[in-house]
Amino acid sequence: MALDQSFVGRSYPPTDPYEVGREKIREFAEAVGDANPAYSDPEAAKALGHPDVIAPPTFVFAITFKAAGLVIEDPQLGLDYSRVVHGDQRFAYTRPVRAGDRLTVTSTIEAVRSMAGNDILDVRGEVHDESGEHVVTAWTKLVARAAEGEA
Amino acid sequence: MTAKIAYAEVEVGTELPARTFPVNRATLVRYAGASGDFNPIHWNERFAKEVGLPDVIAHGMFTMASAIRVVTDWAGDPGAVVEYGVRFTKPVVVPDDDKGALVEVSAKVAAKLEDNTVRVDLTATSAGQKVLGMSRAVVRLA
Repeated sequence: MALDQSFVGRSYPPTDPYEVGREKIREFAEAVGDANPAYSDPEAAKALGHPDVIAPPTFVFAITFKAAGLVIEDPQLGLDYSRVVHGDQRFAYTRPVRAGDRLTVTSTIEAVRSMAGNDILDVRGEVHDESGEHVVTAWTKLVARAAEGEA
Repeated sequence: MTAKIAYAEVEVGTELPARTFPVNRATLVRYAGASGDFNPIHWNERFAKEVGLPDVIAHGMFTMASAIRVVTDWAGDPGAVVEYGVRFTKPVVVPDDDKGALVEVSAKVAAKLEDNTVRVDLTATSAGQKVLGMSRAVVRLA
């Protein structure tokens, strides 16, 4: 099913703040097997110039992807989430995410395309901290594979 | 931010220490819990095969998180990463045995940019297949 082209450029309201906890960062770093002390030891993080432990570069995806759920699940858009795979992912950082951050995400649909029966959706998530300063932007490309017999 | 590698000391072509990351079913369950991504293609073989996959596959974001460790361990400060992007070209297939899969990552400096930053191009393969494409990071060096 072709997606509704009128969604290009649409922005969704900012999410409620997500509070980044030290132990959540530690849990994530352990899950990817990354023992870098900047993720678990506040003193090690401070020695690198950070006010508290920082999160691994891809940590923020959990927050931006949840925010993108507003887009993905928008029934008017018509995306078949059961057939969605992750195509591309990119981040641009103003600074690393760190413990104590209260982050909001504003999602915007950058592009909607159909190619060979696949629906392709590009979503940009702008992540800001409590004072309104930019932290990171995440670009996510999702591909809904063509249903059997539709390609 | 305090990277331990000096911009002046690297050249285009400088190789970063390559790494091999093992991933098994337990790794994926743990990553699912920590990341909140509970898509059953990452832990349920029956479901994965029903949707046309050869077996359970790793989360693309797990592979992405592993690959950047080559850069963050080299630079010393993970906060030195300014940009990072990948294309998920092939899935990392994770069989239910005592070995699981291996993700092999190599990287080299591809360009020296302004403000003491360099672009690092990464290559990630598993079972001989390229699993990440267009995999690039920009990192700020000392």
